[in-house]
Amino acid sequence: MMDELRELYQEVILDHGKNPRNFRHPDDANREAKGENPMCGDRFMVYLKLKDGVVEDVAFQGRGCAISTASASMMTEVVKGKTEAEAKALFETFHDLCTKDDHEHGDHGPVDEDAMERLMVLSGVRQFPVRVKCATLAWHAMNAAIEGEDKASSE
Amino acid sequence: MDTQITLPASAAFDVERVRADFPILSRSVHERKGKPGKPLVYLDSAASAQKPRQVIDAMTRFLEEDYSNIHRGVHFLSQTATDQFEEARRKVARFLNAPSERNIVFTRSATEAFNLVAHSYGRTFLSEGDEIILSVMEHHANIVPWQLLQMDKGIRIRVVPVDEHGVLDLNAFEDLLSDRTKLVAMTHCSNVLGTVTPAKIIARMAHERGVPVLFDGSQAAVHGVVDVQDIDADFYIMTGHKLYGPTGTGVLYGKYDLLKKMPPFQGGGDMIESVSFEGTTFKAPPARFEAGTPAITEVIGLGVALDYMEKLGREAIAAHEHDLLQYATQQLSQIDGLRVYGTAPGKGPIISFTLEGVHPHDLGTIVDQYGVAVRVGRHCAEPLMDRFGVGATARASFALYNTRAEADALVESVIAVKEFFGA
Ligand SMILES: Cc1ncc(COP(=O)(O)O)c(C=O)c1O
Repeated sequence: MMDELRELYQEVILDHGKNPRNFRHPDDANREAKGENPMCGDRFMVYLKLKDGVVEDVAFQGRGCAISTASASMMTEVVKGKTEAEAKALFETFHDLCTKDDHEHGDHGPVDEDAMERLMVLSGVRQFPVRVKCATLAWHAMNAAIEGEDKASSE
Repeated sequence: MDTQITLPASAAFDVERVRADFPILSRSVHERKGKPGKPLVYLDSAASAQKPRQVIDAMTRFLEEDYSNIHRGVHFLSQTATDQFEEARRKVARFLNAPSERNIVFTRSATEAFNLVAHSYGRTFLSEGDEIILSVMEHHANIVPWQLLQMDKGIRIRVVPVDEHGVLDLNAFEDLLSDRTKLVAMTHCSNVLGTVTPAKIIARMAHERGVPVLFDGSQAAVHGVVDVQDIDADFYIMTGHKLYGPTGTGVLYGKYDLLKKMPPFQGGGDMIESVSFEGTTFKAPPARFEAGTPAITEVIGLGVALDYMEKLGREAIAAHEHDLLQYATQQLSQIDGLRVYGTAPGKGPIISFTLEGVHPHDLGTIVDQYGVAVRVGRHCAEPLMDRFGVGATARASFALYNTRAEADALVESVIAVKEFFGA
């Protein structure tokens, strides 16, 4: 029974949860969006520095559970340096990973396969439907920031 | 010589027999292929309580034998159903020691009852510049309806703070009371901290200035004996599903002279005397506030739930729950890094806590794997979370069917969380 828990809380997640990467507010950020989960009170700000259609920097601040913090942290690592289109493709593909069976995954355009490989550790949330929002919270905020909105619309 | 032996409440209260009345408590959770599940340890009754067989059976029996619409038929079943519905109203009146069943309005929930008062009383008797006083502990159900009124009428909402134990600051309350105060709306027991507020004193202080008082009894009525006449409450609100009754049932108690002055909340059938396009006249309370077909079966179920509590004895229930509260608090407090929010004397059986280095949401997921159901999050009381500077807490709440062994299971599962996270 605890296998599912280990699956959900893999070492990588616990590590990112405790020591989140890019946990800062960059001075030169030109986009920001808030992600909020009213159920558990998690709240993140995601900051982007967009230049010529490329995410030159991405960082976040706020407070959340291990899953949401780890997911936000990993998001900043894989999204940095991507074009807007690539970042959005990652968002859509990651969203499928957390919410859908393999055969239902959509085609969201070319996507960084290495990045998806790393994000696989978060796929354990599929067994914990109430935790899916945790895993996707910062991603929604990142996506909103790219679209020029100041907060992620809650699903 | 006095030979009478008084048993301690815990001995008089046979919790195993009580548990046998609640079918759901014997189930396991998280059964998986080939692997047995974990026995359910239900510590989330403050969100909603489980239902005893007596309530389930009474509702089934009513649906199978006596069901019909009420207040509107000359036929046999309609009369039978109406009698049972009105009997439930008398039971609620007795439960609260209301002077009469005329004081009891059935709503769909506590939330609807707050909206009823805010809409009907608030829009009639409050105007721009008037103030209402709440506490920082309120559930959103006792905040947002007043904010809607604020948008509409330009009233002002004043907030009584609590100290670090969660005790209401009566001096601040006194200072906030003024000629502008038109209503006090306050929790009788916090769903997060467990704090029981001194309702009688609050009512007296408000009444000295001629201000009516509404209490949110959603939690208080579950854990103690409530006497609305002794408190001298002007309004008192409860919600059926926390009282071991079904969902879809709420109760608004109101002093009759206040109810009489209030216009309807919703319009529809059952609340009118006569309807014409020239003008419609309304029935007297409580019917005036009960537009449309109510939750007939559920209200009857609620009446049976109150009977159930009375039969066990509300003081015996309170004593049992208090024992669990003390035991669980003591056991939890031995865990390093665990902090309990809400340490007011005389509090209800609700323990909100955090564990250093672990987010409550993660804690909730992990203890759930051990079969332990707790609530995590903001508990519909965001201002209170801000007051204590926490984004969220975990909350274990105890009910008449919980045991010390379940408190142990909670403690063990929290220790497992600590080990899991190396916190
Ligand atoms: C203190 C308090 N007030 C009001 C409510 C609202 O009750 P309901 O959702 O049944 O309307 C609750 C329950 O969630 C509560 O705990």
